[in-house]
Amino acid sequence: MDRSRSIRRAWKWVPLYALAVPGLAYFFINNYLPMEGLVIAFKSYTAKAGIWGSPWIGLKNFEFLFVSKEAWTITRNTLGYNLAFILVNTVLGIALAIFLNEIRKKSLRKVYQTMILLPYLMSMVVVGYLVTAFLGENTGIVNGILRSLGGQNIQWYTTKAYWPFILLVVNTWRMVGFDTIIYLASIVGFGDQYYEAAEIDGATKLQQIRHITLPLLKPSIVMLLTMSMGRIFRSDFGLFFQVPRSNGLLYDVTQTIDTYVYRALLVKGDIGMSSAASFYQSFVCLAMILLFNWMMRRYSRENALF
Amino acid sequence: MDRNHRVFRGFSNAVLALVSLAALLPFWLLISASLTEETTAVKQGFRFLPQVFSTEAYRFMASSWVLFGRAYLISIIVTTLGIAIGIAVTLPLGYVIAREGLPGRKVLTFLIIFTMMFNGGLVATYLMYTVTFHIKDTLWALIVPNMVTNAFFVIMIKNYFQYSIPKELFEATRIDGASEFAMFTRIAAPLAKPIAATLALMTGVSYWNDWMNGLYYLDNQKLYGIQNLLNAIATSTRYLAQGAGVGVRLPTETVRMAAAVIAVLPIMIAYPFFQEYFVRGITMGGVKE
Repeated sequence: MDRSRSIRRAWKWVPLYALAVPGLAYFFINNYLPMEGLVIAFKSYTAKAGIWGSPWIGLKNFEFLFVSKEAWTITRNTLGYNLAFILVNTVLGIALAIFLNEIRKKSLRKVYQTMILLPYLMSMVVVGYLVTAFLGENTGIVNGILRSLGGQNIQWYTTKAYWPFILLVVNTWRMVGFDTIIYLASIVGFGDQYYEAAEIDGATKLQQIRHITLPLLKPSIVMLLTMSMGRIFRSDFGLFFQVPRSNGLLYDVTQTIDTYVYRALLVKGDIGMSSAASFYQSFVCLAMILLFNWMMRRYSRENALF
Repeated sequence: MDRNHRVFRGFSNAVLALVSLAALLPFWLLISASLTEETTAVKQGFRFLPQVFSTEAYRFMASSWVLFGRAYLISIIVTTLGIAIGIAVTLPLGYVIAREGLPGRKVLTFLIIFTMMFNGGLVATYLMYTVTFHIKDTLWALIVPNMVTNAFFVIMIKNYFQYSIPKELFEATRIDGASEFAMFTRIAAPLAKPIAATLALMTGVSYWNDWMNGLYYLDNQKLYGIQNLLNAIATSTRYLAQGAGVGVRLPTETVRMAAAVIAVLPIMIAYPFFQEYFVRGITMGGVKE
């Protein structure tokens, strides 16, 4: 009697699990199945032998990767750019969100918000084109204006020194709207009561930002920072692949782990090196997430991912 | 409003106006560039207003419409299919992991969030799709890998069901003895229209903008969508020249810009109307337990 009731109770969940099946199947195939492929990094892979049939070679692939100068370059570039992007987007995102919150006229606020988010919806291929419209050798507006003033072309696409700056500007232009929207949503959620009380006490706008807005934003900032820290070893492939136009002269400052893996795999066909770099990326990433999650649990439990 | 406030508001307006302008300016330049006469462009560079106006680039695209039309059509087909499959897969899954009381719900949620943190990487994914699933040079290559759904979308749907729909709506039906399946089809799905619209738009934009799957999995250029076409003509003129008739002058630089214009056009036109849906999606996708 009891047993049949518990079976019936379990039975009622079956339709729900069935609803989840297509989605779970997709995650299984797309995200979990490839994980077995991580062992390729420890093998001398040939298509004929397949993943499990290919011979184990221990850490050989990693030795090749880490004796090359590139291992350091791609690590430095990936981390360096990500840190700069996180810093700039967080500061500007918060600032723009505070400014947007000041705009009381709904329609005007919507216009600003719409425009600031627009670049986020562009594909990186298109972003690459937009950058050439500015920096192209002959057709770019910058060199065009320089020439009309009697100057010389600047070789944007072959000079390393410009690229850290160009990539930072392009990334900020494209991504700052995203951070702005998230911070604005939190600020709107604070309500007016704190600010009204501050008004009565005669606090200036800057004092209100410093003593009300920023402290209240702390949990959102910490959450977004944790999420970006978890991705600090992953780079925006499109940004580093499309914007510098794959120019080999620039690799020293434009090659990241993701572009390196792509080029090693699909341009050079070097499965050993690319799988080693890919493995290295996946595991450092996981370590970062565990580390930041651990820190997060100590800081505020409810904001930890797990 | 006192002086301090007025000054701050004025300053906010000024900064936002400048930032908005900076966001828009590159598109303005792109359009102007596409309407510039080719030799002038090469000699003097693009300007925010064409120094010598010409529709040559667009006329060239119209004359090699097979090339551009095919890519455009493929992008439309892939985007449409992608949206349909994406919604069919994501919406039910988000609903299920939002359902309180479901045994194993925590585990499922974790398995989905875990994909944000760890994955097999490009090499393993590439080999699986090409060697095991033989996806290379098929239309599926543009639809399936990494695009159908992701943890962010599922969490967005889950958060919507959990926080934006009053629980009482479900309670009442539950008492009526409706099955869990009927609750989804009769109550949840109709109520999910706003978030489904958000999901459709976000999925649509990512399919329309995707070029990586084409880069990884396509050798056959006949399957290129508009973004891969752009990628192919960015640095090489060979591909463009195929479309040109005999003796037709190829205005390379301006055609590139014009092709980029037609690629962004659908988004530029649709986006202002759907802006709120995107904003909702971005703010609802935050991971929250």
